[in-house]
Amino acid sequence: MTTLHASAEVAAAVADAHRREWAFVLAATVRVARDLDLAEECAQDAFAQALTSWAADGVPHRPGAWLTTVARRRALDALRHETVVRRTLPLLVSDDVEPAVDEVVAERDGAIPDDRLRLVCTCCHPALSREAQVALTLRLVCGLTTAEVARAFLVSEATMAARITRAKKKIASARIPYRVPSADELPTRIGAVLEVVHLLFTTGHTAPAGEELVRRDLVERSIDLGRMLWVLLPNDPDVAGLLALVLLTDSRRATRVDAVGRLVVLEEQDRTRWDSGEIAEGVALVGAALRRRPAGRFALQAAIAAVHAQAPSWRDTDWREIVALYDGLLHVWRSPVVALNRAVAVGFADGPAAGLAAVDALADEPQLAGYGYAAAARADFLRRLGRLDEARVAYDEALLLTENAAERAFLEQRLIELR
Amino acid sequence: MAQYLVLIYGDEKALADSGPELWQQLHKGHVEFGQAHEKALAGGNALESTATATSIRRNDDGSQTVTDGPFAETKEALGGYYLIEAKDLDEAIAIAKDIPTPFGGVEVRPVQVIDMSN
Repeated sequence: MTTLHASAEVAAAVADAHRREWAFVLAATVRVARDLDLAEECAQDAFAQALTSWAADGVPHRPGAWLTTVARRRALDALRHETVVRRTLPLLVSDDVEPAVDEVVAERDGAIPDDRLRLVCTCCHPALSREAQVALTLRLVCGLTTAEVARAFLVSEATMAARITRAKKKIASARIPYRVPSADELPTRIGAVLEVVHLLFTTGHTAPAGEELVRRDLVERSIDLGRMLWVLLPNDPDVAGLLALVLLTDSRRATRVDAVGRLVVLEEQDRTRWDSGEIAEGVALVGAALRRRPAGRFALQAAIAAVHAQAPSWRDTDWREIVALYDGLLHVWRSPVVALNRAVAVGFADGPAAGLAAVDALADEPQLAGYGYAAAARADFLRRLGRLDEARVAYDEALLLTENAAERAFLEQRLIELR
Repeated sequence: MAQYLVLIYGDEKALADSGPELWQQLHKGHVEFGQAHEKALAGGNALESTATATSIRRNDDGSQTVTDGPFAETKEALGGYYLIEAKDLDEAIAIAKDIPTPFGGVEVRPVQVIDMSN
């Protein structure tokens, strides 16, 4: 006997499964189809079929397994009937022979191998451009439509479609393998994956242009990806570091802008409204991330975020600890931007005069010349020192270099206060 | 298995300016590379310098112009190539990394498979 289930309930279950299981379903299907486009089509069909099947039969016990079985069967059917259709791209290379039909059917109730790591490593292969890596990760791992990926990066849908098609063509034609890299290669390859996830997060956390400071969709996708990687690689301290960093940074989201969308600096944020769940999870992960010595870049950045997250107030922040962590960070990642952040922390540990001196010491860094945050940091220390004329000039300079609307409004407000 | 053409690029001037010691070392490096990857190698050659190159371009009106020099003037010029066989790009990259390239690097290009069956 079949029960008819409310369509809204079923639609919600399918949407939820899409969010949680898309990567799993697609990754397992790619191994059978050995063709990204065909696998995507089959996975999409499976989700479409779920809408009607689940309405008739109820939501299955393990939606991911159900969807994967359906998608893989479709892929096998398509391949069987394909002999007449000439394929335009060669099949993907994978280590092992593709699973046989019986195997796919037998896996229905049992363990379907988790191929998500293969999928992620293929999307973030170093032979692809960073732009292509990011686009493929959103499209294939997160299951976003091309239109959604295009919107995330403020390019036209046609441009994004061309970028994704080109990347897929390179994967097939250059034979980028669908495989988990060897143990000695894995750390570098995971490093590239983490950079993609981090880039997604920072793009979402402070949108480079546009009216809104935060692109929530991108932030959530990057946290999902971080969690997925942590499930797949539970002993990797770099993965722990990245997930900790995004969680701790995101824990402040409710307080970063006020009711009318104006930027609120860390110093003035209402710490009682920080997300205590994300902070607890992030702090625990920092412990795991710092287990390896020397600590990696994301682990140290996360540790800095953890010091802020646990400080009762701006005044009671352990700035010396933060400066020490930045020193460690500069050791593993010599970046002028990190040096600037360290200089700012010095200003809070040892006073605005020391901070200004530290910022000015970086004046020759060519990378900081066009960097709005450098001018803003100078302006802030000058303001705190009461050197208001110089502060105004520095705020003007910062404004020239800042494009995000919320950040611009913040700088303009500071300028008004100095008049 | 697939074939990849590995193009070796380098700064010709730096190579020309270097002494016989480096030449010997380079020669030895290629011999060792050849021995280490004997099974994967399907061919390869060093090229004479770009000073010996001749380019032929098709003009808009369909005529052709022959000029002295390489097709594209770059600091790092094509100096040689290997044709290798590898099962995928990762393997091709691993092999290509063993090629001695004191003044430049290599480009790995999959050889197109043209299906003549239809």
